[in-house]
Amino acid sequence: MFIKLIPEIGHFALIIALLMAMVQAVMPLAGAATRRPLWMAYGQPMAAGQFLFIAIAYACLTASYMLDDFSVANVANNSNSLLPWYYKFSAVWGNHEGSVLLWSLMLAGWGFAASLFTGNLPRDMVARVMGVMGMVCVGFLLFILITSNPFERLLPDMPQDGADLNPLLQDFGLVVHPPMLYMGYVGFSVVFAFAIAALMGGRLDAAWTRWARPWTNLAWAFLTVGIALGSWWAYYELGWGGWWFWDPVENASLLPWLTGTALVHSLAVTEKRGSFKSWTVLLAISTFSLSLMGTFLVRSGVLTSVHAFANDPARGFFILMLLAITVTLSLLVFALRAPRVSHKVGFNWLSRDALLLVNNIFLVIMTVTVLLGTVYPLILDSLGLGKISVGPPYFNALFVPLTVVMCIFMGLGSVTRWKSMAARDLLRKLWLAGVAALVLGVLMPLLYRGEWNLFVSLGIVSALWIVLPMVRDVFDKTRHASSFVAGVRKLSLSYWGMVLGHIGVAVTIVGVAVVSNYNIERNVRMSPGTTVDVAGYQFSMRELTERRGPNFLADTSIIEVQRGDSGSRFIMRPEKRLYLATGMPMTQVALRPGLFRDLYVAMGEDLGDGSWAMRVQYKPFVRWLWLGALLMASGGLLAVLDKRYRRAAVHSSASSMKSNSDTPREATA
Amino acid sequence: MKRRLLLLLLPVGFLGLALFFYHGLSLDPSQRDSALMAREFPAFEATTLRDEAQQVDQSLLKGEVTLVNVWGEWCPACKQEMPQLLELADHDIRMIGVNYRDTREKGLEFLSEFGDPFETNIFDPEGALGFDLGVYGAPETFLVDADGVIRYHHKGYVSPEDVRERILPEVEKWR
Repeated sequence: MFIKLIPEIGHFALIIALLMAMVQAVMPLAGAATRRPLWMAYGQPMAAGQFLFIAIAYACLTASYMLDDFSVANVANNSNSLLPWYYKFSAVWGNHEGSVLLWSLMLAGWGFAASLFTGNLPRDMVARVMGVMGMVCVGFLLFILITSNPFERLLPDMPQDGADLNPLLQDFGLVVHPPMLYMGYVGFSVVFAFAIAALMGGRLDAAWTRWARPWTNLAWAFLTVGIALGSWWAYYELGWGGWWFWDPVENASLLPWLTGTALVHSLAVTEKRGSFKSWTVLLAISTFSLSLMGTFLVRSGVLTSVHAFANDPARGFFILMLLAITVTLSLLVFALRAPRVSHKVGFNWLSRDALLLVNNIFLVIMTVTVLLGTVYPLILDSLGLGKISVGPPYFNALFVPLTVVMCIFMGLGSVTRWKSMAARDLLRKLWLAGVAALVLGVLMPLLYRGEWNLFVSLGIVSALWIVLPMVRDVFDKTRHASSFVAGVRKLSLSYWGMVLGHIGVAVTIVGVAVVSNYNIERNVRMSPGTTVDVAGYQFSMRELTERRGPNFLADTSIIEVQRGDSGSRFIMRPEKRLYLATGMPMTQVALRPGLFRDLYVAMGEDLGDGSWAMRVQYKPFVRWLWLGALLMASGGLLAVLDKRYRRAAVHSSASSMKSNSDTPREATA
Repeated sequence: MKRRLLLLLLPVGFLGLALFFYHGLSLDPSQRDSALMAREFPAFEATTLRDEAQQVDQSLLKGEVTLVNVWGEWCPACKQEMPQLLELADHDIRMIGVNYRDTREKGLEFLSEFGDPFETNIFDPEGALGFDLGVYGAPETFLVDADGVIRYHHKGYVSPEDVRERILPEVEKWR
């Protein structure tokens, strides 16, 4: 009987979590305002309890899926008894209700983690951070309980079997893509909470930024991996070989990534140099707000997208309210409490400070560009000016040049010193790298393909311009050490994180430039015995067979591929599947991945007479896209592991106390 | 003071955006569904599946609310949705088929095997009309009103629930 009650236990656990979140939202803030240590101390235990109870609720929903409890509406609509167990497990977050629950679980998880690593942060600061996290959690738990209860029952008429998980989502990529993405989105709530707490407490010094930096880097790394996984998934699952569609939902994940990237850099300036304080706070608020807005855009169905969840105006309205309250309140707090006179910290225009400011400006321009392109159709529609859709041409036309110009500053920024640097020194450091980047960039397309392509050259020049000056910088920095290894050891993990992250950007740029321009695609009619030649590979269809999977029927082509006349042979097996429960046809792509090229074969449609329309593609360097993203994320992780943040625990609370008493509190006066 | 006022523009600006979002919520999602929504059915000239000599064009779709179903013998999901289409025809809804990228022989074989809910079938062996309709694959179903304007677009297999919950209400709405 206990098993039958699992959904109710989950529901009940959610309600308890909500109550704890409410206490967490009120007591620590009230305590900080009235200077009552006992009230302030409520924050951490509540964060722990709330995480525990949401975890229980989440486990209950997972159990309902695993046990095929089709009396739970959510399970009946998104699972099926034939579904393999691992997809039952991941189907929990393949739908609206379950994914909001996962989102809340992660939010509580980040809050709990933040409550554990507060070290020597001032007590009232911790209390405020916990309070803000609590408020965000209250919002999401209310959203679940009021509009999106995953434990709703279909009683007494429970269906015999479930409607099945959308076949597009029955895939490893989908098992990992949303959790990573949500970890990123939600992770920015920590830096948001720090920023708001700093505003409320008037502690807008450099100290909070040191605390927030590792959290921000971690969230950013997760978001980077999440976006890359989404792109990879679309590439092999959707069957036409694209990896980025400028779809509103993709844009929704790109927006917080762009401001998050700006935030990562601006936090560095604020921590090291004490400048850009207000700007950093504003970026922290914007990044989390854009994460929330992304959620709204995806869940409300306001924009048409391949990702759209079931549209329900009540949900859209609730999330919009949540978004409006969060963003308006935080911007109001910002407007009222941001320091009136920014503490002037001088820097030369030729300095890392200035170049990071330029980087921030470019990232913000990119954000605005993407945001405009995404909401423009909606605004036109609202004003009755017609229905349009802003497609890739708009985004590419603006995004590509902006990226190229930003790369120029990136190459400069990573090797420039803080505060000021003589132009002559910079020139000495850079001229060789610049010449090498130009020459190699122009020559490489010729060597690779024998024909010159402006965009490929631009991409390679940009990438080399990012990498080469850094390589030189590493040599300069290690030159005076007794040995190269000793020199490498001396450099901090944050520095290596920066190097790795920037190399990641360069690798991604090379991937984008090459695959966008040198992609070869052939749409051909094939039947057993047909051979097609694409980019020096012979694709021969050997036979067409049918097979039965756990919950689908498939037409499979057996394609033998040989490179040239002598190369090794291998078999590729693209499929066209028909999922039985939903009647949805799906293309299962056959891929032969490689570091320098992918071979990509997808089955189109049955043309009758025993032949099929097939799409055969040769995609050079496509792996570099995601490899670069992984490097970027690893860079972020390396920076998190830097010893400095652990030592800083003792160090910075002293300095934050000091700077607090030194600087007049303009904001609170 | 000036700077504070300037900063206050931030929340105000955001609220403006939120208003658009709010309005967006009340817009009919089906209207955003397809680029062809609320446009006239594209012009075409074709023969019918049964008769090579009979020419039809877009005027075929005027005068009455019509469901246009794009199908082909090669498409397994089309076979599965035939019972639902026959049910729709039983509701006295005028049905026109577009035989998409198929041969006459196979198309007619399909109709004799799975039933024929269609008043007429437009023969589209090259997929020219399908292209103008923005069809991704078969099956796809369009609702065209009495003026020949596309009002609803259903991508993929039509399930019995789709018939009850989407298609019949839409047909009622435009009749």
